[in-house]
Amino acid sequence: MAMTQRPVRDPVTAQRAQGSFGDSFRSALGPLLFMGPAGFLVVAFFFIPVVIIIAFSLTDMSSSTGFQNWAWVQLENYRKILVHPSSGPILWNTIKYVVLTLSLFNVGMGLVIALLSTHVPRRTGFLFRALWLLPRLTPSVVYVMVWKYIAADAPYGILNQHLLGPLGVKATNWLPAQPWAFVIASNGFIGASFGMIIFTSAIESIPRDYMIAALVDGCSLWQRIRYVILPMIRWPLLFVTTYQTLSLFTSFEQILLLTDGQFGTEVWSLWAYHRALNNYWGNFQWGFGSALAAVLVVIGILMAIVYMRYFRFNELVQEPRIEAL
Amino acid sequence: MKLKLENLTKRWGAVYGARDVNIEVKDGEFVALLGPSGCGKTTTLLMVAGIYKPTAGVIRFGERVMNRVPPKNRNVGMVFQSYALYPHMTVFENLVFPMKLKRVPAKERRERAQQVAEMMGIGHLMDRKPGQLSGGQQQRVALGRALTKQPELLLFDEPLSNLDARLRLSMRAEIKRLQVNLGITSIYVTHDQVEAMTMADRIAVMRDGLLEAYCPPDELYDRPATLFVAGFVGNPPMNFLDVEVTQANGELRARCLGLDVAVPAERGARAAGKPKVTLGIRPEDLSIVLGEPGGEADTVVAGEVYVVEPLGRDDLIDVQIGQSHVNVLVNPGLGLRLGDPVRLKFNMEKAQFFDPETEQSLLWR
Repeated sequence: MAMTQRPVRDPVTAQRAQGSFGDSFRSALGPLLFMGPAGFLVVAFFFIPVVIIIAFSLTDMSSSTGFQNWAWVQLENYRKILVHPSSGPILWNTIKYVVLTLSLFNVGMGLVIALLSTHVPRRTGFLFRALWLLPRLTPSVVYVMVWKYIAADAPYGILNQHLLGPLGVKATNWLPAQPWAFVIASNGFIGASFGMIIFTSAIESIPRDYMIAALVDGCSLWQRIRYVILPMIRWPLLFVTTYQTLSLFTSFEQILLLTDGQFGTEVWSLWAYHRALNNYWGNFQWGFGSALAAVLVVIGILMAIVYMRYFRFNELVQEPRIEAL
Repeated sequence: MKLKLENLTKRWGAVYGARDVNIEVKDGEFVALLGPSGCGKTTTLLMVAGIYKPTAGVIRFGERVMNRVPPKNRNVGMVFQSYALYPHMTVFENLVFPMKLKRVPAKERRERAQQVAEMMGIGHLMDRKPGQLSGGQQQRVALGRALTKQPELLLFDEPLSNLDARLRLSMRAEIKRLQVNLGITSIYVTHDQVEAMTMADRIAVMRDGLLEAYCPPDELYDRPATLFVAGFVGNPPMNFLDVEVTQANGELRARCLGLDVAVPAERGARAAGKPKVTLGIRPEDLSIVLGEPGGEADTVVAGEVYVVEPLGRDDLIDVQIGQSHVNVLVNPGLGLRLGDPVRLKFNMEKAQFFDPETEQSLLWR
């Protein structure tokens, strides 16, 4: 399509039509210049690091070998991951963390807030959404401290003293008691606001006539959400799902601060961090940690491809309305 | 079904969307809400549909007060300027959607959709998505969707404004025909006075949230109740001249600079004696007088051609009389040019008089 509409962009046709290499070079230069800055960032801060990580993962480099005495070990680190007793449980933790946070909060709660706040007066809705942005605006350390105080053991803790205590629930240290609830909630309260913003703008950009037509056609508010609003914000829903799956897979900041992987909450990215950069024994296994990270990169890329294929993201992309450079 | 709006008012803060609107619609009647943008016609329509809750006043369907009834229980069909067909549903799914919500059995849904589609000439498009249809086809589907639920009231919100001029003419006739055949009470919002005049049994003219007039098209045209209605209805619009009407020797005369014409008593009686009134006369009630001047009736005025606009069938010419201008429709065969002196005959039997202060007609109120 693009080629037939804009033959100049095809170098062969361009050369034939204009008969000069210089012209086609110039017409290719514009797009390259535009893509240059983003391309540079991707290469410098993603592509090269990934190559380095993969190279590291093929070595036994650690703080005991230092940068002098390391050796190439080929796929030994990957073999170790396969047979490591922690691999299975940690992978399961990761899946649990991603699926529950994503469905309950990043998409689920985000959608609920967006729907609620677009069905109340505009100012109220705006205020409501602004409140939900607070967790995202708060520095992570402060934010996690808040959660720690919510969960803290007796005689402290907001849950113990103010919420569950008065209901007669026995005081306890809630973090070890329900570690996953806190890991998922603390991440989810931040994550929900991303979907909330995207969904709100998507809902508000549905033309008013559709909303009126749905009511006149006989929809209740709930039926209008189900039959009209949700189908019309399908693309934002898919985008948020994809984007948040990938970002949850690699995020560990809140878990690190909240539990540091204790009480069975170690996820894959945190495991890589612990192994390579921060552990109790002080032997930083850079090679093994890199292999763990490389696995995560591969999983991420595979999932991105699956999502893009399955959700047909290419149909989302419209032909640009402006003429080619 | 009868429809009655009593003192219907919608207010947002200090802003009135509609104010004390009183309209009664007979069963099967086709009523147009006519006015410029922002006049409150769509606000009124959306109150009837149940989207806006009235601030004051009463909406009655038959005898039943509908103010608090949600839209889904009003059994109205609505057609939009933007068509508002659900883009993720096929034509068939769009047509059956209202019936699905009303829990009509699947078999009956299919039959009714098929029947309406045949009637609208869109039977062959059932599996298409709205995006694959032309504007005219989409508007037919939208009309079909409003009809499949067998509504008691049809609401149209400028349904033809997005169509091209030719299609608009044919759809206009088609909607009118359909409405007469089905006999469904209809309210049709438009800013196009030709649409309102040609389609409606009665026209409600609105301005700034207020109802200016509510009467049949011919009455609206021949007996405009206000200056606004007189100027809004009719194309090219009515000419207005500031004149003084005086009585001498039992004869009424309207005068201003360069103009002095006799006024029939039944037209001018209430305009006489006021220092200033507005004389309204339509372009078709002015005509060119040929031949040498002198010795003709006392409703002929001399002027000069100021602008000529060929319209094909007629020429619209702007004639300067003193310091005023009037538009006249003339035969293009006359070959008038800029600056030509002309004499105009005023058909004062059709003249309108308005009070320039209150903008009310001095004839019809």
